[in-house]
Amino acid sequence: MLAKRIIAALDIKEGRVVKGIKFQNIRDAGDPIELAKRYEEEGIDEIVFLDITASYEKRQILLDLVKRIAEEIYVPFTVGGGIKSVEEIREIIKSGADKVFLNTAAVDNPKLVSEAAKVVGSANLVIAIDAKWNGKFWEVYTHGGRKARGIDAIEWAKEVECLGAGEILLTSMDTDGTQEGFDIPLTKAIVEAVDIPVIASGGAGSPEHFYDAFEIGASAALAASIFHYGKYTVRELKEYLARRGVNVRLE
Amino acid sequence: MIAIVDLGIGNLANVRKALGGIITSDPYEIERADKIVLPGVGNFGAVMKRLEPLKGTILDAINEGKPFLGICLGMQLLFECSEESEGKGLEVFKGNVVKFKGVRVPHIGWNQVFPAKECPLFDGIKNGSYFYFVHSYYVNPQDKEVIAAVTDYESKGKKVVFPSAVCKDNVFGVQFHPEKSSKNGLRLLENFRRL
Repeated sequence: MLAKRIIAALDIKEGRVVKGIKFQNIRDAGDPIELAKRYEEEGIDEIVFLDITASYEKRQILLDLVKRIAEEIYVPFTVGGGIKSVEEIREIIKSGADKVFLNTAAVDNPKLVSEAAKVVGSANLVIAIDAKWNGKFWEVYTHGGRKARGIDAIEWAKEVECLGAGEILLTSMDTDGTQEGFDIPLTKAIVEAVDIPVIASGGAGSPEHFYDAFEIGASAALAASIFHYGKYTVRELKEYLARRGVNVRLE
Repeated sequence: MIAIVDLGIGNLANVRKALGGIITSDPYEIERADKIVLPGVGNFGAVMKRLEPLKGTILDAINEGKPFLGICLGMQLLFECSEESEGKGLEVFKGNVVKFKGVRVPHIGWNQVFPAKECPLFDGIKNGSYFYFVHSYYVNPQDKEVIAAVTDYESKGKKVVFPSAVCKDNVFGVQFHPEKSSKNGLRLLENFRRL
């Protein structure tokens, strides 16, 4: 049976991890490779690298990093952040990333989703959706959560599925950073609207939160700070989930 | 020395790191190698076309008894043909490659592998261990004896059980990606390296 996946996210700027990470026994907490290796050792199923480098000129740093990750890491990894063209997607995949994700550029230009799916295959294409409840519906935000787009996230999820997205990385801006749990109503609504896997993101603070997300049909759950600050190790989380009957990869 | 056959698709650096050896598309280097790994992603017909100039060298090596490991599409290419596209494979094994039906494709993620017979690739790897898969097609060997392991994929209320590894004498194939399967994958690659 397919395992439910636990995904760790790392924010990268100019080739370095930006959020302070409080691991013990890490020589260089800014080195993405060292952190990724640590997560792999603990049993992470996948790693997402979000590149927040603003300038396009520094893109080569990201490509070099992707090559290094591909050489050193033995679990699948996804790269995204500011990707605007099929050429960039092709380059990132060629450098060794397993998947890429699109966010703002997909909303600006939905055709990019179908073009990208044709070039790299749906299996390698993730669409990230940032959503926030506006009192009437869950509204899509872009530009790192700064710009409301007036689009219903459920409709957008269905559309990207039709366009060839292989997976949806769904972040709730209402729960993100709260550590009070994933946005279950939003996640449930998207899971029920599409056939492709949905990754729940935003709000993880305890192992129960992951259980709740899997219960309503999320295929994977993503977190950053819960792991970065050593609150729980990936192994502890998976042992908890296994005890509660969730199918996870425990070695 | 292990030759990792490079068909210009994807990054094979971590396969080389795990196995040692060289990444090459030079038939002379492949001829000199004592083991061959054929990784592969992409379309059956298109990749077979790229492989055409190396076909003779690879088949000679297999016939000489050199250990051969096909990964993902590299495993499918060991068979005669595929529903994915026209053209013949390496035809080392009889049978074809078929598309998943009634379940969501691609089959992607960590799934369990259950050995179906003794196979040195799985030495020290627990029954039901997880490996990482990304594929829409799977092999359908005519001779079921070559099946080394099976995996079941369940989605949309339907279940397909498919061969996730094959082995016969010196020829091995795995549908999953050992180079993306963390410790179990490394163990499997190490088992191949030590053959």
